[in-house]
Amino acid sequence: MSNENAVRTETAQQSDDANTVLELVGIHKQFGGETVIENLDLSVREGELLTLLGPSGCGKTTTLRLIAGLEEPDGGEIRLRGDPVAGSGSFVAPEQRDVGIVFQEFALFPHKTAEENVAFGLHDLPEAEQKQRVDDLLDLVGLEAHRESYPDELSGGQQQRVALARSLAPEPQLLLLDEPFSNLDVDLRVEMREEVRRILKEAGVTAVSVTHDQEEAMSISDRVAVMHDGNLEQVGTPEQVFQHPESRFVASFLGHASFLSGRVQEDGILTPVGSIERDRVYGLSHEYDGADIDLLVRPDDVRAEPVPKSEANGQVMHRRFLGPSILYRVELGNGDVVGCMHNHDEEVPLNEPVAVELAADHELSWFPEGVRRVARDCTPGDD
Amino acid sequence: MAGNADTSTAADRPASSGWSGGSVLVVLAGLVAVAVLLPLSWIVIAGFRVGFAGALDLLLREQTLSIVVNSFLLVGAVTGLSVLLAVPLAFLTTRTNLPFRRFFTVALAMPLVVPSYIGAFAFVSAFGPQGQLQDALAPFGVETLPTIYGLVGSTLVLTLYTYPYVYITTRASLKSLDTTLVEAARTLRHTRWQAFKRVTLPQIRPAITAGSLLVALYALSDFGTPAIMRYDVFTRVIYVEFNAFGRNMAALLSLVLVLITVAILAFERRAGGEDRVQTDRGHGNTQSLVRLGRWRWPAAAFCGGVTALALVVPLGILGLWLVRGTDGVAGGLAFELQYVGNSVGIAVAAALVAAIVGLPIAHLSARGSSRFGDVFERASYVGYAVPGVVIGLALVFLGARYGGGLYRTGVIAFPLLVFGYVVRFLPQAVGSTRASLLRVSPALPEAARTLGRSPFGAFRSVTLPLIAPGQVGGAALVFLTTMKELPVTLLLKPPGFDTLVTQVWQATASGHYGHAAVPSLILLFVSALSMLVILSMEGYDVK
Repeated sequence: MSNENAVRTETAQQSDDANTVLELVGIHKQFGGETVIENLDLSVREGELLTLLGPSGCGKTTTLRLIAGLEEPDGGEIRLRGDPVAGSGSFVAPEQRDVGIVFQEFALFPHKTAEENVAFGLHDLPEAEQKQRVDDLLDLVGLEAHRESYPDELSGGQQQRVALARSLAPEPQLLLLDEPFSNLDVDLRVEMREEVRRILKEAGVTAVSVTHDQEEAMSISDRVAVMHDGNLEQVGTPEQVFQHPESRFVASFLGHASFLSGRVQEDGILTPVGSIERDRVYGLSHEYDGADIDLLVRPDDVRAEPVPKSEANGQVMHRRFLGPSILYRVELGNGDVVGCMHNHDEEVPLNEPVAVELAADHELSWFPEGVRRVARDCTPGDD
Repeated sequence: MAGNADTSTAADRPASSGWSGGSVLVVLAGLVAVAVLLPLSWIVIAGFRVGFAGALDLLLREQTLSIVVNSFLLVGAVTGLSVLLAVPLAFLTTRTNLPFRRFFTVALAMPLVVPSYIGAFAFVSAFGPQGQLQDALAPFGVETLPTIYGLVGSTLVLTLYTYPYVYITTRASLKSLDTTLVEAARTLRHTRWQAFKRVTLPQIRPAITAGSLLVALYALSDFGTPAIMRYDVFTRVIYVEFNAFGRNMAALLSLVLVLITVAILAFERRAGGEDRVQTDRGHGNTQSLVRLGRWRWPAAAFCGGVTALALVVPLGILGLWLVRGTDGVAGGLAFELQYVGNSVGIAVAAALVAAIVGLPIAHLSARGSSRFGDVFERASYVGYAVPGVVIGLALVFLGARYGGGLYRTGVIAFPLLVFGYVVRFLPQAVGSTRASLLRVSPALPEAARTLGRSPFGAFRSVTLPLIAPGQVGGAALVFLTTMKELPVTLLLKPPGFDTLVTQVWQATASGHYGHAAVPSLILLFVSALSMLVILSMEGYDVK
């Protein structure tokens, strides 16, 4: 086992330290015989915003509903501040969990005004306190002017602010957000991301959100947990997850990914675009010498330059104009295809020979050839 | 970036778990379902008394066969004609530039408020032997008219007063239909007719099926019309047999009738009637109306003709009798204000009870993922489908047998009458409540739960206010049909308790038509009022 490998995996100490607000241990959930979540472990720390990121049907919304108590797990245990709320024979009803939730369609009560919606969870407080709290929250979300409005009189962004204020009002120990931005127009989405993050941080609440939008996840979260087919693929900061994905799925889901096949040698990795020095590759130990690996390259890591055929190592197959930039798809001599991102004014002729070179100034991630995810604690395969 | 940008909505979210239902709800709904099915035990008890051989003997009589054939003919003809009448009318009033569209929209739904037995006696009075039409034609040498009695008259009357069930459901479905779908079909080289057949029709079919089911069940169970039209179907023969102390035969025929009802329900299910009618599916662009061109006025004449036949004929006849006045001979038939009070009071009681006991079934059916919801909802339909004659006789039988002194002294007379109505009309309350529950996003009560409310608290503070209009609408529907209900009232009314309906029945049965005019007109007026309530509650869009 290599020390480097241990470094690569996100520190997985799921300790019971006082900082942990939420813990999922071995959660299992089925719907009508179909397994939606399989043996899921996750812990969320005080004050952080963690996002469950994954494609449709990966089980992320179900996970959220399990945490809120709107569904019951078929196996495993859910703990809030160390106390079990589901599993091992116990089940705490949603109203007793002290967990707030912002629903995808906001779920504002249509027969109540913005103010009444926000006050809904405060029915146990004396009236004066209620009013003070509602005022504070409407102020926090910037909606004092619309307190008398009914939900159908509010814009999408305003509805979301009300939903947020409503769920924050009873000061939940944990706030859940289910695809919070999917019901908003694209323009508004970016603006509300910043706004929601500001509000959550100002309120100091621990939050778990769910999304299928990797850009959203990376821009609002302290940590991202990538889910796939009911499994957790990787948990880490947005930077860690993006730059050092532990599985090919994570690599591809978080952004355009190409894979360069290479062979590890004493002094570097031999690839179709030339030899790459060992120290440009992240955590590659000598145990892999002689092994075939795939290097992860993002479109901005490589450039294609038009050259005479004799100096070329590939050919441009496809061009996609994206506005600010152009994505070229280049087929290399060995059949590997890589995407190269260029500025919008840098034209590279189609079907012409090019030289692809590595332009990245960060360490590259890699995967043993034919292996779906990075080995966490086993010796390299002899493939 | 190339990441997966598919919107994840429904696919990512599992169907709401049955958990929110709770076992208390299942028990409550189950109790209601059992109570509603209770009267049917009479049939079983009576059936056992007869024994298998006796039953076979009774059922294989030629008379039984002819009753079955007659009933099927009637149900088939009424249902088929109702669809043929209602779908074009619904289309004309929603999708075309029909003249007086708003007027026809309301007028064409109005026949629903005319109790079919009032319609039947009006038609007999107008077109029967020595009726108004023949009187008018006599000077021209017309001696006899084709007879109104029998299948023809029963079909005519029942169709005219039940097609609105299909009309209303079809209209609602057409209104919620996104017309851009039709436009898309047109741009894909479909004619108007092809687009209707391939795009519109499949989408409104669940609504048509749902309406047809109501029509078929009504035609099967109606007592007044075949009785007045002297057409031997189940209800008429059961009533006659029961009064002639042929109780075993009555029970066995009831059993067959119930089986046919169950068969119709099963057929409807297979025909795709269980498709949930989509709500909230984008707002149809209703601006684009079909221009009728030179068919505009013929279409208006068609609508006008239906309205005239269904509304003007009975109103005209009743008006005529009112003007002619009562002959003054029939003692005890004179109109008294207290009949109105009795009718309204008993109908309000039935409506309230139905709205309350219907709630658990509606909630379970709309929200629960358990099979119970579906089973209980279907169970409540059986009481609706079982003819009033059967329910009435069953309760008389059960009351006399197990009610003991309570029944003989009349202590449970009113509760029994209200119970009879509730058994008959519960599905109306359940259906309306269920529909409004389906319009409430399950996320709303869930949100209330996460904000610290108990399941019941969440229901009371969030769900209940939102479904209140639907509940009131359902209660109004029960009120309306209870006001009109004939056989249950006749059979279960406590002695000396007379309502508008019993007055009408006694007057028409004894031939003193003049005495039927005032209670009939009042009945029509009250029914029309509650109809307007329903239309406004259910957002029946007049535009």
